[in-house]
Amino acid sequence: MTTGTAGPTPGPKRAHWLRDHSELGVSVLLLVLGVLVLTDALTMSVDLTQRGPVGPRTVPLVVGGGLLVIAVLLAADVLRGGRGEAEGGEDIDLAEPADWRTVLLLAGVFLANAVLIGPFGFPVSGALLFWGSAWALGSRHYDRDPLIAAGLSLVTYFVFDSLLGVPLPGGPLMGVV
Amino acid sequence: MDSLNSLIDGFGTALTPVNLLWAALGVLLGTAIGVLPGIGPAMAVALLLPVTYGLEPTGAFIMFAGIYYGAMFGGSTTSILLNTPGESAAVVAAMEGHPMAKAGRGPQALAAAAIGHFAGGMIGTVLLVVLAPTVASLAVDIGAPDYFAIMVLAFIAVTSVLGSSRIRGLASLLIGLTIGLVGLDQMTGQQRLTFGSLQLADGVDVVIVAVGLFAIGEALWVAAHLRRSTGEPIPVGRPWLGRDDLRRTWKSWLRGPVIGFPFGAIPAGGAEIPTFLSYVTEKRLSKHREEFGKGAIEGVAGPESAASASAAGTLVSMLTLGLPTTAVAAVMLAAFQQYGIQPGPLLFEREPELVWGLIASLFVGMVLLLALNLPLAPLWAKLLRIPRPYLYAGILFFAAVGAYAVGGEAADLVILLVIGLIGLGMRRYGLPVLPAVIGVILGPAAEQQLRRALQISDGSASGLVDTPFSVTVYGVVLLILAWPLVRKQVTRRMAARR
Repeated sequence: MTTGTAGPTPGPKRAHWLRDHSELGVSVLLLVLGVLVLTDALTMSVDLTQRGPVGPRTVPLVVGGGLLVIAVLLAADVLRGGRGEAEGGEDIDLAEPADWRTVLLLAGVFLANAVLIGPFGFPVSGALLFWGSAWALGSRHYDRDPLIAAGLSLVTYFVFDSLLGVPLPGGPLMGVV
Repeated sequence: MDSLNSLIDGFGTALTPVNLLWAALGVLLGTAIGVLPGIGPAMAVALLLPVTYGLEPTGAFIMFAGIYYGAMFGGSTTSILLNTPGESAAVVAAMEGHPMAKAGRGPQALAAAAIGHFAGGMIGTVLLVVLAPTVASLAVDIGAPDYFAIMVLAFIAVTSVLGSSRIRGLASLLIGLTIGLVGLDQMTGQQRLTFGSLQLADGVDVVIVAVGLFAIGEALWVAAHLRRSTGEPIPVGRPWLGRDDLRRTWKSWLRGPVIGFPFGAIPAGGAEIPTFLSYVTEKRLSKHREEFGKGAIEGVAGPESAASASAAGTLVSMLTLGLPTTAVAAVMLAAFQQYGIQPGPLLFEREPELVWGLIASLFVGMVLLLALNLPLAPLWAKLLRIPRPYLYAGILFFAAVGAYAVGGEAADLVILLVIGLIGLGMRRYGLPVLPAVIGVILGPAAEQQLRRALQISDGSASGLVDTPFSVTVYGVVLLILAWPLVRKQVTRRMAARR
């Protein structure tokens, strides 16, 4: 993970090198993925199921092999000084250090929604998702934020459930209403 | 004039009140999305994919096409007034449009852009009407080896032409292909990469992948680097053009589509390259070359017209060959799959009402967009003031709704988050997202066509190249692969000559 400190950091050289070459982590992940795909393909039993000359193993073998090759090529590229360009955008300020705390908070709020949607229903979990995300992103209007969240969640629930015919769980709250 | 008759029938479909409503909704949403930072048309269509469960296909595609075109219109408004392009296609518009706005000529810049989009879109769509049936009839008896060749072309083009690094493009494609493998093998029912999980045996739904990579990935990535101070858009009045400006722009409007349309039809990265080429052309041809960089109106008119025309070109490839050349087209292809419709040469025969209704609705949408954007541009610009926490919280919110709607399972939300985190990592390390999405959408189809083709030829690899069509396509693939080498040679030779 980059912490984005500008200039040479006083810490040990090795940590610095690793931070500069954190993209090697992508290479490792691709390697692991490749091994996973290959293992899965090789342990597949295809004696009876195969029809035609190309069975269900062929494409996974090609994809898994490709992943291994690309992992090595990417590592070589990074070691030779190649860097993936972080994506820019209108609301993105790459000069600032990455704020991983916000990302973690958002991921947590999102997971909470996945857990709560069953027992409490979409109107409640959705409102919490919106409010929690807005809070994580820096909004601190305690009067306005929960109202917007509740309104958005309820309107979405009715539009999807009643107008579009896509069922969302109402939960105990909608049971009362 | 067969296509003219079909088009008239298409207008019959497009002008029904319900479909008019979808077109209007599409262009409204599209313009808003184009104006808003952070949401692109691909993300918007991905977020709307769940409506395909409740809506009939014609209405859905009319709405999606409206979003695609509308986002082009709206994107230039942000470019001109804020200097931060709303879409990648609108980067060039900022180069001349923003200086114009700063100099108090914002209304003229907005008008030149809006009319440019209208002209480019109209000309592009006329070309679509003329060309698409011809392409479709040429390709009408293509079989499994040909489909496979087209998909190989899409894979190679999307990894080679886009982005700065082929290795990273290929890595992204392979990630996508791997996700596409998860689930039961379509031909034998063999479980692949499911690890015994029932949840994974169904495969990962394309909607979840598209929403995860485009919406969650983007929102998390922006959250990691959120700009704390957002720029203030330049206040602007109602767009209009004086006679002098008209004299300078009308040729640019007509030149744009010549560059934009063909580039949209080939897998070359959508509107970015043609808008830039159009800009360079306008600069070279202009009588006011000294104004370029300081606010030359031709530099807005030409590229914007090219951008909209390229959208029409994209639709030609998508509808006639099933070849997606941009992210929006890729997501629309996913929508076709949701309906079980195979875009390709037979689409014009099998679904004439859908195709021609869609094409006719493009004309309708264009007129609506001009009416929406010319007088209302200052109003749209107000959207730029939306607090960023609400914007990105909203994206996460609707992403969750969409993913849940797929199957009504909370586990899908967890998969969505995982794919979103993959999207975040890809953005951090410069892996383009589009190849992964194309891999997920086309991967399983490509495998099926490959196996079908080899079954017919009894395992002989020659079965993949036994039609003139497939040979031609593989020729193009080789050309794309060889291009960097050729370019290196050419630049070396030119340097030597100097």
